[in-house]
Amino acid sequence: MRRVRTTVPLAFPVALVVATGLVGTFFERSTEIYFINALVSVSMVVALYVFVGNSGVLSFGHMSFVAVGAWTAGVLSVPVEEKPATMPSLFGFLGDTTVGNVPSLLLAALVGGVFALVAGLPLMRLSGLAAGIATFAVLEITNNILRYYEKIGPGLNVFSSVPETTDLQQAAIGAVVAIVVAFAYQVSRFGRQLRAARDDAPAARAVGISVYRQRLIAFALSGALAGFAGGLYVHFLPISVDAVYLDLTFITLAMLVIGGMTSLWGAVVGALAVSGLDSVLAEAENGLGGIDLPAGSRTIVVGALMALVLILRPDGITGGREVRVGRLLRPRPAKERAA
Amino acid sequence: MNGVVASGLTDFLRSAVEPQVQVDAIGIGAVYALMAVGIGLVFGVLRLVNFAYGQLVMAGAFALAFASDRDWPVWAGVVLCFAVVIALSMAMERVVFRPLRTQSAATMLVATFAVAFLLQAIALVLDQRDDTLGEPAASLARLNLPWVIFGTDVRKITVVAIVTAAVCLLALMLFLGRTTVGLQMRAAAMDFQTARLLGVRANRVIASAVLISGVLAAIVAVMLTVQQPLVTSTFALRETIVVLAGVVVGGMNKLLSATLGGFAIGYASGLLGGALPTEQSQYLPSFLFGLVILTLLVRPAGLFTRGGGPVERV
Repeated sequence: MRRVRTTVPLAFPVALVVATGLVGTFFERSTEIYFINALVSVSMVVALYVFVGNSGVLSFGHMSFVAVGAWTAGVLSVPVEEKPATMPSLFGFLGDTTVGNVPSLLLAALVGGVFALVAGLPLMRLSGLAAGIATFAVLEITNNILRYYEKIGPGLNVFSSVPETTDLQQAAIGAVVAIVVAFAYQVSRFGRQLRAARDDAPAARAVGISVYRQRLIAFALSGALAGFAGGLYVHFLPISVDAVYLDLTFITLAMLVIGGMTSLWGAVVGALAVSGLDSVLAEAENGLGGIDLPAGSRTIVVGALMALVLILRPDGITGGREVRVGRLLRPRPAKERAA
Repeated sequence: MNGVVASGLTDFLRSAVEPQVQVDAIGIGAVYALMAVGIGLVFGVLRLVNFAYGQLVMAGAFALAFASDRDWPVWAGVVLCFAVVIALSMAMERVVFRPLRTQSAATMLVATFAVAFLLQAIALVLDQRDDTLGEPAASLARLNLPWVIFGTDVRKITVVAIVTAAVCLLALMLFLGRTTVGLQMRAAAMDFQTARLLGVRANRVIASAVLISGVLAAIVAVMLTVQQPLVTSTFALRETIVVLAGVVVGGMNKLLSATLGGFAIGYASGLLGGALPTEQSQYLPSFLFGLVILTLLVRPAGLFTRGGGPVERV
């Protein structure tokens, strides 16, 4: 029984993702892409959660790991004969190597993780706003280099002719993989040490936890997951460098905080809720069920609702807590009810 | 390799000391310093990093474009700009910041993202009504013309920016130092709880900080439209991001260090923009944010803070 209860926080997010995937199969391609998009967002937000949720330090730099993962998977999976068309000046081995779908995703995770580890070595000493701005600087530099350095990618062009292998099934599997890794991390001793440091850094240090080392581990792991999500993303849409820049940074952070920053459940719920809302409104802009929103009003509504959710529930939809069956089955203890 | 780096560096330094580059860099620094004050004042009393500050500037620029489209006199456009920006910033404070005042930094920051999204989306809808990209705000464009002083082109707006920034900062210093509200604002920035216990009215202090920061945003809007007369929904977004980095690099805990940080990053980006050789100028953001990272690693509490103070570092 105890065993079952400890895996409940894993079962609920996975079930929600699988359910989203299953519901998506009932729709035709034009609607299905909303579901795929939502599931790719789940992978990204879960990757972000592994660092931000467990450490309590805001990172604006994670989309640079997504970008690096997307570049890795994208450049390596375009067929050799089609590379000169969009990427004429690639480095030798990038130009004449093509890998399959799964290897490209694994390489994306590897490159994202190594990049995060290298960037984290100096940066994880920082806290608070300084850490936020330093990670943002990583995003700026990465974006700037990917935009203009054409030996490692398409530069300003979009990634065309990347095989579009991220279908509903693969997006769901990818999201589940990300969730399982994130869960395994947060119940491991590393994850627990980092959460302890988040809640009370001096006390954590007093019992011998190296805050720096724990943050670095989480940063590298979440960089790897972000790279993986970037790989899924580039296999889903022909993206350009602007797709993995400011807008994505803000929307993924918003998803995490709106869902509830400190729980895996919150990350999944936030990603699905915000992308679900956005999709419904996008359909409404095209005229859905009698409602016909004027073009461009979608972002207005999303922005207003995000602000509203934060005002009403500042800790996010889930309150930043995991799902617990005990809470659902048994009456709550009196002390907690009072609070 | 060393030789290449050394000669590149010498070339860079040689162009960086040219008066033209210096004048332009100081002009950018002055505008950025004003934005830094606007962001730093609100941070002082609310501990809130207002990401939507750039959208306030953008709203002011839209007001100027509206006025110039209808051929209003320049003063009327400027009045409209001030009215719009101040009203918007007060509304923002009342509706979003005030209910979230006691929440975590992440929640407040994401709330300002949401406001920024909202304002940017409204601007995009306004902008796209006529199927053109951007709205022109050209009524002040003649300030962009240069005076030639000793062979250096000094654009009028550079002088206006430097003088305005100096006057505003002086006025603000007098306000903070010599008035009751100013004293209360300084007390609140130092320790909000204790200040309240001693009878400082929280809402009044916060409202004054937001009001002043709105006035500064309107001034910045006027000056930026001179340099970039085409107003789009991403107007001032880039500048806000750079200023936010500068404010943190300078040191957010003191208004003075935040302002100096804003000036420094504007000045640095002006120097890099003017002195980098053409083939490297597209990598300007990399150089600039590389400097940001280096500075943060060496001085995490802020470049312009003196000793002491809590250093957030592990």
